[in-house]
Amino acid sequence: MGTNKESLLMNVNLKVKRFDPEDPESQTLWQEYKIDVHQDSTVLDALIHVREHEDTSLALRCACRASICGSCGMKVNGSAKLVCKTRVTEVSPNGEQIVVEPMGNHPVVKDLVVSLDTFFDQIKRVEPYVQPDHVPEKGEYIASNESMENLLTSMNCIMCGCCVSDCTVLEVDDNFIGPAALAKAWRFVEDPRDSKTSDRLKNLNDQDGGIWDCTRCMQCVEVCPKGVDPMDRIMELRESAINSGLTNSFGARHANSVNKSIKHSGRIDEFRLPIESKGYFNIKEILGLLLPGLRMLIKKRSPSPIHHKNPNQSKVKNIFKNFEDNK
Amino acid sequence: MKFAFYPGCVSRGACPELFDSTIAVCEKLGIELDYKSMESASCTGSGILQEKNLKLGDTLNARNFALAEKSGLPLLTICSTCQGVMSQANARLLADKEYLNEINQELKTEGLEYKGTIDPKHLLWVLVEDIGIDKLKSLIVQKLEGLKLAPFYGCYIVRPSAALKFQENPRRSTSLEEIIEAVGATVVDFPGKTQCCGFPILMINQKNAVNMVANHTSTAKNEGADAMVTPCPLCHLNLDAYQPEASKTKNEPINLPIIHLPQLLGLAMGIAPEKMKLNKHIISTKTMLSEIGVSP
Repeated sequence: MGTNKESLLMNVNLKVKRFDPEDPESQTLWQEYKIDVHQDSTVLDALIHVREHEDTSLALRCACRASICGSCGMKVNGSAKLVCKTRVTEVSPNGEQIVVEPMGNHPVVKDLVVSLDTFFDQIKRVEPYVQPDHVPEKGEYIASNESMENLLTSMNCIMCGCCVSDCTVLEVDDNFIGPAALAKAWRFVEDPRDSKTSDRLKNLNDQDGGIWDCTRCMQCVEVCPKGVDPMDRIMELRESAINSGLTNSFGARHANSVNKSIKHSGRIDEFRLPIESKGYFNIKEILGLLLPGLRMLIKKRSPSPIHHKNPNQSKVKNIFKNFEDNK
Repeated sequence: MKFAFYPGCVSRGACPELFDSTIAVCEKLGIELDYKSMESASCTGSGILQEKNLKLGDTLNARNFALAEKSGLPLLTICSTCQGVMSQANARLLADKEYLNEINQELKTEGLEYKGTIDPKHLLWVLVEDIGIDKLKSLIVQKLEGLKLAPFYGCYIVRPSAALKFQENPRRSTSLEEIIEAVGATVVDFPGKTQCCGFPILMINQKNAVNMVANHTSTAKNEGADAMVTPCPLCHLNLDAYQPEASKTKNEPINLPIIHLPQLLGLAMGIAPEKMKLNKHIISTKTMLSEIGVSP
């Protein structure tokens, strides 16, 4: 059967961010390439076409071309993606220009290649290996299928760095441990063979840049190409931390205060929430709330200290009580 | 068009101007808001309760959906965070029948059951998808020409896009820009428009939260924005009330007014600024109002 090869070609307009470490002026350099590729091409295919036929100096990294190795994370039209998994037609359905940049929150080595050194430093912070409390006298450790199935979400991580690239917290705070490391930490907290669960939770709860610094913005959930959903894992770590008695943090007090006020009135008590999150006796932090509070008061929009209950609130309270009784 | 109205906690608390402007604008749009059916509805948990107990959060949202179902009306919210938390809960409830059954057991004592028919909708989406841009334009008495506005969606009304049904409703990703253009103003695009405002960690790590405010407001301002418009009252609280702190990190006043979506519509529809409490903002809206020839 004959195929008209020409008709399967499509026009692609690429705008690529360039960076040459030896040329500081290249920091703001963008280059455009207009090429023809097969209509089923991925963005990686298009970039390789550029490197092979248009500009051999373009640096990019890839290996498996099958979204397994995690080498080709890049920003496409502003969002981190594995370019081997992203079809041109998906990001440019009507022939729009495709903007390709290196991933964010990773130091750039050259053009589209980033260093993953800081990424692996984050991963190392969570001691990413099973730490059992004993060595079996013979044979291997046995874990049930059911207990391991639960870990599959996080074990799917291929360390591509996409979640870190688009993390909004890392953009303002490079001490944040990051979504990939926290999803990895969750995997060991949940592992039935690990004996360090409480130490791990305490460490993640207590450290600066730990579990409570995530803003729940869901960028990591949106960009993860493997369904790890790091933020959901962070939420589970928070739940485990609170349930294990780690309640003396701003984050845990914040969650407990919201829980208390919805149980009491059906709504969030905006007057008490800031104070209870800081802790009633944390004078320094409470003083910090005064100025913004005063500004709100002057504009007569400060929440009332009198917190009214919703109608039929007893029904909501009963739901809370049932959950507490069945814990 | 009649909706079971779910205003959320913040529009009845720290952002009363959102509530008042919504009422005024909905009157003009012919949207009837039914307060009664959702009066005993609880907070969605705001994503915070879910940190402590996800299933409890889903149960409260299922109860709210059951109340809306009982009214026979579609569910309308004016808070992006409520929208996001409700959409996520709904996705979990509808994906797993067994889970929904378990949760319905909790609602039984109140005689409620969630059948799975609710599709919660933010006013922003209703405007674009149900009211329509043409109808909106027909209600405009003063085009806001010359006003340059930066859209700020925040997180919960754009992510996760699957639970928010962006594929089925592609205009959701540009809805705010469509409205800005419909009222005659100019869109100032900037990369932070779908990023986090920092509010969820304001009480946990204020430094990071304030730095996010500083980055977004100063970038929008530098791009030429006269004001920023948002469909989220929580983003508003952080971007407006903590902008003085954000200015300190930049060592210069940012002074970018942050307005709620209904306030923007109201200005174009000729509703008096004081009726929409535009004088209650922390960052003054005076300069912005004089730009469009409206006396504050």
